[in-house]
Amino acid sequence: MTSDPAPGPGSRLAHQLRHQLPLLVWLVAVWNLLWGTWSWANLLAGIVVALVVTWLLPLPPVVGGARLRPLGLLVFLGTFLADLVYSGAEVAWQTVRPSGIDRSAILRVQLRTDSDLLLTILSESVTLVPGSMVMDLDRERGVLVLHVLHVRDDDDVERQRASVLAQEERIVRAFGTDDEIAALSRAPGEPFPAAERRTP
Amino acid sequence: MTIVYWLTYGMLGGGALLALVRLGLGPSLLDRVVATDTLLVIIAAGLAVHAGLARDPTLVPVLVVVSLLAFVGSVLVARYIGGMLLRSADDGQDVGLPEAAEERAARASEGER
Amino acid sequence: MSALQTLGDVVAVAFLLLGALLCLTAGIGLLRFPDVLTRMHAGTKPQVLGVLLIMVGGAIRLQGWSATWMLLLVAVFQMLTAPVSAHMVSRVAYRRRHVRRDRLLVDEQHTAGQDRLYRGDEPADAPPEEPATALAERVRENREDGTR
Repeated sequence: MTSDPAPGPGSRLAHQLRHQLPLLVWLVAVWNLLWGTWSWANLLAGIVVALVVTWLLPLPPVVGGARLRPLGLLVFLGTFLADLVYSGAEVAWQTVRPSGIDRSAILRVQLRTDSDLLLTILSESVTLVPGSMVMDLDRERGVLVLHVLHVRDDDDVERQRASVLAQEERIVRAFGTDDEIAALSRAPGEPFPAAERRTP
Repeated sequence: MTIVYWLTYGMLGGGALLALVRLGLGPSLLDRVVATDTLLVIIAAGLAVHAGLARDPTLVPVLVVVSLLAFVGSVLVARYIGGMLLRSADDGQDVGLPEAAEERAARASEGER
Repeated sequence: MSALQTLGDVVAVAFLLLGALLCLTAGIGLLRFPDVLTRMHAGTKPQVLGVLLIMVGGAIRLQGWSATWMLLLVAVFQMLTAPVSAHMVSRVAYRRRHVRRDRLLVDEQHTAGQDRLYRGDEPADAPPEEPATALAERVRENREDGTR
């Protein structure tokens, strides 16, 4: 994160635009998809609607300082899809098999990232995969609380915890900055150094 | 093709029926929220299956509305039930939504002053 | 061309059937699972995988770009919103003690004394966590109601 000491009005506008641009592009894309056909009129109307929406309903800036790494993104998406199908089949089997499910578990996982965007992507993807669901996120300590549908024993619990941490690593390698990738090697449970804390 | 029709609509109808049973039985409000949510998703799936099998895209815009409606409904009821909590171990702020980073920073800077 | 179309049709119908099967298992899971949290697992599964399968199947069958884009939009909306509502419902469910604690292998989030007294939506068999305090509070509130 580079922060110049005295931002002038021009650079402030540029900074705001850089934060709002992904949101604007997304809103224009949604508008065009809703109409279903692409035309210049749709594009212009979409831009107007997106500007009005972001002006009337402003959001706190979240998307800041993210890097997109194509290779990491491919690995993340591939593993996510495979996980989705595999766990989906597993959960479907657990619902119909005669013995049903036995025990569930509620886990606390100490995470190593401290970025709003990455934590959002992580908890969305963990909840989307069937069989695990995020219940709570302690933002201050970076602890994720999740509910796991079916565990047999303590080994299973540890396996689930390791899979969440692996998922975190893939996400950081796909979207994170260099600092955040370096932070992965820090021992879990260690508090975040104040200098690295990213505030939007 | 007739077999495919019967199979898909049978399975979707069965799922919807079971969700309805849970909606009726559900001991608490939250069970009913989950059941309604699932029911709406199954209805959306049914609309999409109809559109796909009959090659009829008329109903596709309805799908967008249904999928967003399910979300708004369940979040509303969850917040409503969260508001019924009488007291909580913390300051009661975390019953609904967690604090946004911006609010936290604002509070911290206020505390310094 | 027609062979390709037949192949596409077969794949699409297989996807639709699989998605419908997932919706059926969601209904079964809703009925069979013991508490709110596990039922939510059954409910969110077709929301993600089933909807994805059915949307892809429908998009293959429909062949118009307009409908394809809209189905893609539905899938994206589902993937964005399903975790949010699941999180909110499960959070409230845990706090209002809809969880069958005897069916948990580990509960690392155990929070004693969080909600002492409930009024509203708790299941009838959920005991207060601190019975004495709950009783005292209820007596005090009844008295306050009486004086008003």
